[in-house]
Amino acid sequence: MSARTTNVLLVGVGGQGVLLASDILSQVAMEAGHDAKKSEVHGMAQRGGVVSSHVRFGERVWSPIIPEGGADVLLAFEQAEALRAMHLVAPGGSAVVNTQRIIPPIAAGKDWDYPENPLAEVRARIPATVAVSAREECRALGNEKMVSVLLLGALSASLDFDEDLWRKVIRARVPRGTEDLNWRAFQRGRELASA
Amino acid sequence: MEASTRQEAPIRYLLSGNEAVALGCREAGVRLGAGYPGTPSTEILETLARLVPEMYVQWSPNEKVGLEVAAGAALTGARAISTQKHVGLNVAADPLMTLSYMGVEAGLVVVTADDPELHSSQNEQDNRHYARFAKIPMLEPSCSQEAKDYVAAGMEISERFDTPVLLRMTTRISHSKGIVEAGELRSVAVKGFRKDARKYVMVPANARARHAFVEERLDRLRAFAEETELNRVEWGDRRVGVVAAGVGYVQARELLPEASYYKLGLGWPLPLEGIRRFAAEVERLIVIEELDPFIEEQLLAEGIACEGKSLTGLLGELTPGRLGKGLAAAGLIDTAPAPAGAAATVLPRPPVLCPGCPHRSLFWGVKPKKGNVFGDIGCYTLAALPPLQTIDTCLDMGASIGTAIGSSKVATDGKPIFAAIGDSTFLHSGMTGLLDAVYNDADITVLILDNRVTAMTGGQEHPATGKTLMGKAARQVDLPTLVKALGVDHVQVVANHDQPAVRAAVEAAVAHAGPSVVIARAPCALMPVKIREIPYRVDPERCVGCRTCLRTGCPALSLTGGLTAKGLRQVVIDEDACTGCSLCFQVCPHEAIRLTSEEVPV
Repeated sequence: MSARTTNVLLVGVGGQGVLLASDILSQVAMEAGHDAKKSEVHGMAQRGGVVSSHVRFGERVWSPIIPEGGADVLLAFEQAEALRAMHLVAPGGSAVVNTQRIIPPIAAGKDWDYPENPLAEVRARIPATVAVSAREECRALGNEKMVSVLLLGALSASLDFDEDLWRKVIRARVPRGTEDLNWRAFQRGRELASA
Repeated sequence: MEASTRQEAPIRYLLSGNEAVALGCREAGVRLGAGYPGTPSTEILETLARLVPEMYVQWSPNEKVGLEVAAGAALTGARAISTQKHVGLNVAADPLMTLSYMGVEAGLVVVTADDPELHSSQNEQDNRHYARFAKIPMLEPSCSQEAKDYVAAGMEISERFDTPVLLRMTTRISHSKGIVEAGELRSVAVKGFRKDARKYVMVPANARARHAFVEERLDRLRAFAEETELNRVEWGDRRVGVVAAGVGYVQARELLPEASYYKLGLGWPLPLEGIRRFAAEVERLIVIEELDPFIEEQLLAEGIACEGKSLTGLLGELTPGRLGKGLAAAGLIDTAPAPAGAAATVLPRPPVLCPGCPHRSLFWGVKPKKGNVFGDIGCYTLAALPPLQTIDTCLDMGASIGTAIGSSKVATDGKPIFAAIGDSTFLHSGMTGLLDAVYNDADITVLILDNRVTAMTGGQEHPATGKTLMGKAARQVDLPTLVKALGVDHVQVVANHDQPAVRAAVEAAVAHAGPSVVIARAPCALMPVKIREIPYRVDPERCVGCRTCLRTGCPALSLTGGLTAKGLRQVVIDEDACTGCSLCFQVCPHEAIRLTSEEVPV
């Protein structure tokens, strides 16, 4: 196991399932034998604000916060949030971006507009960016509430964890009765990112 | 390395600092926990209620009562824990200061969860000062494992030194997850209440003697600080020696992996002699601490030369970025390359009142009165932001009523004066303010925003919800009866989402001379259950793009529709987000908003 710490930054909007995804990822990292830490701020985030979660794993993790410009992978649940966080990604890092746009009420005022094409801007900064339309993909699978698991599947393509371990942790964390469907969503995400 | 494959391997969990404190309570045989919800402390008691059924836990109406409840258990010989956020300890400071004199019969740990960076608070006060102020020992965990271990350590110190112990968490410790190895469960018997007037009746004659005890105890605690394994020296490169506790320690280890460390688990009193010896062995002594120069000033007062706030600053969290800049400026690390490639601008995404939030409907009805609205602590503080902008102050729990009274006694502009306060906050510390308004005949209108839950902190029970923290049915306080009993004659109850009713009630309350109360009653849109009534939609045949509905600030509405004949953008309602509260339907001047269930003529 490498002594280097791997840093995964997950960002999105309150209510999108960012925390479930970072919970599953850090549990997988721990069960794979790493030291692991994850950090986020609760509270105001619930009210439609920005949510970001830092997951770090390796031989020994000290700080629960990813150093600025130190994220190896960015997983963005929303396009404009990918834009907000992209400068935190290390040179040579990669990103998985959900194409969903959540337009905040502030964009209805005269001072702010939702960015024209966030994904293109992110791609210009991070060439290794995979775009995933997670809502549409989940809808096709029959349940929209699997966005975070599908995105984890896409993220998993750039991390070195055993598929069985992912399956075990995901099964334990998703609502009973949805285990198989969620596993299909994970595999679909993995397939999209590997293509 | 698979967790728990071998039988003797300890069980390992991935726990937040707060969950780890709860596990620590279980392992240390804690019998009672009490507190009032407050970010970032709330999950400690919630986790205990969910996972440790053998323990008694409760929400108290406020932190003062919570600490008194915990103290009562400790005086009865049962280990107890009291939890609150940093500003909550201000409310509980009165019992805390004298509990220091009384001491305990069984262990008492008082958790303060501070919020550097003000992620969800009205100030970023540094509660380490309370340890010195109350002359009680303080433990500062730097990770989840220590958060768990320090509960048992705190109980032992509490019992050995006859003192309450402060366990100081911060948001980053409370809400970060890390690996925790479970320990053994300890069963601790309840000793029972032992009468001891000289120790437990703090009248002047007894308290004078106990003050002498407190000073003598402090000498023993200082000696303990020098020898305890909670503090340790980690030798590395002796050119730089770091003194740090809590989150400062892990942030420093990240950036200065080669340095020598004096790691403090006992954050007060300090092991000054140990640090003096450590300082003599290193070339540069650096104190890395968040917020105030609490350690630095004590070292300087002892003549131990060190650097601290000149590197770390006084504001906010000690993030790797901030700390890195300070360390680079001091020549301790190479200057980190600035993060590159940030977007020129990204639209802000401030927190907003949820779709269907009953507060929005109430404030929409209050706004036309153009009064001064003294606000309080809760989700409704978000009504201070555009476009509602109907809350004018936010000070502390319960402050809305007192500040409204004071203003009413001197204001000369004739504007109506409102106090806006949530149900949980009213029961926390608004009742005495209302009693003041009655007693001193203040001409104010108190709006009690009765959504039947402590919403801001994630939906906790309180005395008006009919349920306890442990899920038992409870007597439900009746707010109209309570308000009348306090002496208010003009009391109205209104449903928030009924705009004509809200306006009429506000009108009548303002017209009344003297204190009046409007209890605006509608359940929180999210908790305890997410409300999903038939959603509304915009009829594109009728929407003229006037944006009246957008002025409610509902996040389910967006300006993303087609263009009208005059080229104005039409509004779209996100049917997945809409709860069917009907406010936009009520305010639309063009009848362009309809239920999705309605047939629309083509």
